[in-house]
Amino acid sequence: MFNLLVIFLSAVLVNNYVLVNFLGICPFVGVSKKIGPSVSMGLATTFVMTLASAVAWLLNKYILEGLNLQFLQTVSFILVIASLVQLVEMFIKKVSRPLYDALGIFLPLITTNCAILGVALFLVLKQYNFVESIVFGFSAGVGFTLAIVIMAGIREELELADVPRYFKGAPITLIVAGCLALAFMGFSGLI
Amino acid sequence: MAQKNTPTREFLKGLWDENPVLRMLIGLCPTLAVTNSAINGFSMGLAVIFTLVMSSLIISSARKIIPKEVRIPTFIIVIATFVTIADKLLAAYFPEISKALGPFVPLIVVNCIILARQEAFASKNPPGRATLDALGMSIGFTLTLTILGSIRELIGVGTIFTIQIMPDNFEPWMVMVLQPGAFITLGLMIGLSNWLNARRAK
Repeated sequence: MFNLLVIFLSAVLVNNYVLVNFLGICPFVGVSKKIGPSVSMGLATTFVMTLASAVAWLLNKYILEGLNLQFLQTVSFILVIASLVQLVEMFIKKVSRPLYDALGIFLPLITTNCAILGVALFLVLKQYNFVESIVFGFSAGVGFTLAIVIMAGIREELELADVPRYFKGAPITLIVAGCLALAFMGFSGLI
Repeated sequence: MAQKNTPTREFLKGLWDENPVLRMLIGLCPTLAVTNSAINGFSMGLAVIFTLVMSSLIISSARKIIPKEVRIPTFIIVIATFVTIADKLLAAYFPEISKALGPFVPLIVVNCIILARQEAFASKNPPGRATLDALGMSIGFTLTLTILGSIRELIGVGTIFTIQIMPDNFEPWMVMVLQPGAFITLGLMIGLSNWLNARRAK
């Protein structure tokens, strides 16, 4: 149990997916303009990440390791993730229309979010067991949500700030992200 | 975009006008993650050159037989195949670099630059042109990563490609080789390129 708590804290704060491991930077820069969409993006990503880590673990353990096909990891993980996202999209559309509308275009975009494939590759690298993998996937998603929502909050304020003309948009976002990363480095003594 | 470009233009546009990192803001994850030293940035660039050029060549040669509906999965499988080859080659011949880049080599699959070039260019143009475009784009990417890595390594450790540049009494700024340095340096580089572009347009 304690072990799982450590995994959770480490993925959310100490090794935050976006600010420390540099995964999922594209949506982090692209979608973080307003708090509302950022929350939806974060939730959708967390959901898919949790599912993907479970599926990736099973796939790796029982098919790839069983048949000694580890070199197919990259190819098989990305295929599984792409079809998983498609499946989740169809399922949510059938079951909960409001949720589907809320997630909107963010769901298909998640396929190319490197954070998802990153989770799958990391959990193999770290040799987690099944439960640990699911907790890891979920916490990585929470960490992503935390980072993107904080960023959106800062960017809403930045709209009012007097930013030098050539630094508007992406440059200032990256510099702010740098300051955030600096703040997150303070967590590194936590575990 | 560029339909009637001369072959030279096709190649050159990736270096500056449509530089994937500085102008189009794609492929940022590997850019930030592996540029803590010049050599890491450069090797990541080489892996991307290999993957992008080979994928563009294959996909533009097969562009007439790939059905439109399943083009994205097809692209991804082709890309993933070349990424696996690059990953295994690196692990076999340059184990140290492969270790330093870690999971970021397999993550080239989801590097948006590669998929974006297939979707926007290679699937609509003949192989020769697509290869030139891929070469230009990936060399632009490599140059950006090498420069970013050099700046961070120079200020963070005082070396470039592990060659001592700074005088001995230089106090290295450790933060530059850590995560915040990546974000801040890239932000400044993009701002600078915006400024240069605006000046050139005048």
